[in-house]
Amino acid sequence: MIIKGKAHKLGDDINTDYIIAAKYLVTTDETELGKHCMENIAPDFLKQINKGDIIVGGKNFGCGSSREHAPRALKGAGIAAVVASSFAGIFFRNAINIGLPFLELKEVDKIKDGDALEIDLASGIIKNYSKNESYKTQAFPEFLQEIVKAGGLMNYIKNK
Amino acid sequence: MSHTISEKILLAHTGKKDIKPGEFIEAKLDLALGNDITAPLAIEEFKKAGFKKVFDKNKIVLVPDHFTPAKDLKSANQAKLLADFAREQKIKNYFEVGCMGIEHALLPEKKLVLPGDLVVGADSHTCTYGALGCYSTGVGSTDLARAFVDGKCWFKVPATIKFIYKGKLKKWVGGKDLILYTIGQIGVDGALYMAMEFCGEVIRKLPMDDRFTMSNMAIEAGARAGIIEPDAITFKYVRPAPRKFKIYKSDKDAAYEKVYEWDVSKLEPQVASPHLPSNVKPASALKDIKLDQVVIGSCTNGRISDLRIAAKILKAKKIKSGLRLIVFPATQKIYLEAVKEGLAEIFVRAGGVFFTPTCGPCLGGHEGVLTEGERCIATTNRNFIGRMGHPQSEVYLASPAVAAASAIKGRITHPEEVV
Repeated sequence: MIIKGKAHKLGDDINTDYIIAAKYLVTTDETELGKHCMENIAPDFLKQINKGDIIVGGKNFGCGSSREHAPRALKGAGIAAVVASSFAGIFFRNAINIGLPFLELKEVDKIKDGDALEIDLASGIIKNYSKNESYKTQAFPEFLQEIVKAGGLMNYIKNK
Repeated sequence: MSHTISEKILLAHTGKKDIKPGEFIEAKLDLALGNDITAPLAIEEFKKAGFKKVFDKNKIVLVPDHFTPAKDLKSANQAKLLADFAREQKIKNYFEVGCMGIEHALLPEKKLVLPGDLVVGADSHTCTYGALGCYSTGVGSTDLARAFVDGKCWFKVPATIKFIYKGKLKKWVGGKDLILYTIGQIGVDGALYMAMEFCGEVIRKLPMDDRFTMSNMAIEAGARAGIIEPDAITFKYVRPAPRKFKIYKSDKDAAYEKVYEWDVSKLEPQVASPHLPSNVKPASALKDIKLDQVVIGSCTNGRISDLRIAAKILKAKKIKSGLRLIVFPATQKIYLEAVKEGLAEIFVRAGGVFFTPTCGPCLGGHEGVLTEGERCIATTNRNFIGRMGHPQSEVYLASPAVAAASAIKGRITHPEEVV
């Protein structure tokens, strides 16, 4: 799968309260959740992004609460993928389980806000057209790839 | 092969001969937990995938504790979803408002989690039960949905960091100060994907409630678990146990990712400033910080010993005029104890409010939301931007002793200033 989009840079330790504040956890609707994505730290976030954009975070992306509403809110807001130097444990598994594409990239500092990116999920290669660079990320272990291939954890279980 | 306690518990719940850190495994759960925020999504996924019946009605716990007693119509709908599913599936351990408590205080109190267990909960503070010597960790709603189906979960076996606390704690210093200090030292991703194992002479003497506080905040350092080997203090808490349990201990030659050893004899009460739990300083260094609200409670510090220490400081005193003090015990049992022991009266006479158990204020849900420019010291676990309300409000994290002392002075206060 190839994802093309504009990089939207965020900093370190972007927690799930920032991605979607707790007061909005009264619905499971992705679109509804997406309307309040990043509201606490970037009130203009939704105006700044286009559908298909890629978030590029720093370390420990998705830390804090276990709320799966966070990766769902990102999907609902139109975010196509998240790239970060590291991901928090629960966000990592939630993203795998619901099929939000994400990649771990140590050299996130090379990507600037607005850079045009192309992610090849199969190879784990990120092309940065704005910088004419490409970055190789670690592919998922086989076990996780199976869940991703199945289209998420519930499909994986159903097919078993 | 030698193993840490975390590895041993995970291994015992797989059919495998051996496991090692970094490996992905599927394991059988002893218990799976959900609440009124995370379980509705799990129930939706469970049904959407076409499943009809949960794997075991006795191994699922549903607690409507976050936005209950229902804060608004949408929250009431979510709570109802939980209640309906519990009824339909005959879930044994569903706790309606009135029996309900904050899940991470309630499950140990009801002895639903025991040493050696493997537990997941769709709530990040599920790591609390590690204090009992079980492996418990936070997962997402889809993980919970899957657990409903076959009682299993996938795990990446974590490496372990060992924390050895030496010396003797000073007066007014406890589990909250130890864990805040630890997070301050290693940072909010200092134990990312790892298990934290708390040991040493200080831990061996630490009461159960303080141990829960420490394990509770392991997630704030990015850890998957915060585990303490069971000992006489653990056994006194869990016995008589409703079922058999297994005791696991780390091998002497087990491999650790890292070992920290600290003498904490001189440790002062600690406070985490906005907007990260790792932004930690001694309380005495923050005494100019004026406050609008003090919150004592939560899954971190809403247990009876937390309320006792706060009441000891607030007894026959008044809180600072203009400040709001909100006390919320973590379970109904603790609530009753606080009433019987006269603690509730101390809080009310001091000028505070004494609420029913709920997660509400901690996550900016209800019962104590902060508005623009307001500042709060709370015994909770997170001080992110907007965590308790407006993005321009501030949360400081501290122990019940520091919070109670601060309520009297209206600014961040070391307990020895008021006692």
